[in-house]
Amino acid sequence: MKIKYFAWVRERVGKAEETIEPPASVRTVGELIGWLSGLDEGYAHAFENPQVIRAAIDHAHVRPDVAIAGAREIALFPPMTGG
Amino acid sequence: MANPIKVHIQEADFDISGEIAALTQGRDDIGAVVSFIGICRGREADRPIAALVLEHYPEMAEAEITRHAETAFSRWPLTGLTVIHRHGRIAVGENIVLVLTASSHREAAFQAAEFLMDYLKTNAPFWKREESATGGAWVEARAEDDDATARWMKP
Repeated sequence: MKIKYFAWVRERVGKAEETIEPPASVRTVGELIGWLSGLDEGYAHAFENPQVIRAAIDHAHVRPDVAIAGAREIALFPPMTGG
Repeated sequence: MANPIKVHIQEADFDISGEIAALTQGRDDIGAVVSFIGICRGREADRPIAALVLEHYPEMAEAEITRHAETAFSRWPLTGLTVIHRHGRIAVGENIVLVLTASSHREAAFQAAEFLMDYLKTNAPFWKREESATGGAWVEARAEDDDATARWMKP
């Protein structure tokens, strides 16, 4: 699946997007964030406060307990500051 | 009649009077147009800034704003609605966002414009970065904005 990062999450991870296949044990958005944070220091820094991270699956906002199965594109980003 | 909902995400500035004219042209049922224009302030949390640089999620931004525009249409008797949100570098004093709501009477137009702005602040995938003499910093989300959005949720 494709993962996109925005704003300071993108900066800390060090890339705007990537294609990854997490292990089958990673079922929800929250578990995905936890799994990513174990990959290296950049991810760990990006996701050090997982409760502030917002997520979207296929361009719609989702909560951390939503399943990622079947997602084409998952985006992880800080709270939004538009308007 | 043109589509009563117009949502544009663009780098360029917008023409406010032109957008109002597009909303009201050829109609005799509009009694009120409310406009909100968000402008780049020269100070952010008491620090002087030179500009804001707005990052956005292009594939999601228009869809997300359109969803809220449709919700506004279903909640208030509107005759038309326009949202234009800019991205990229926006210098102090420049426009960031335009919300126009048109209705037969002012109450619906006022409420729908406020509803849309509250949702844009917390749900539209845009992130502001301040540009200043000392470098840059990401603008932090405000708890007040979450509270403002929450008051529109139905019990």
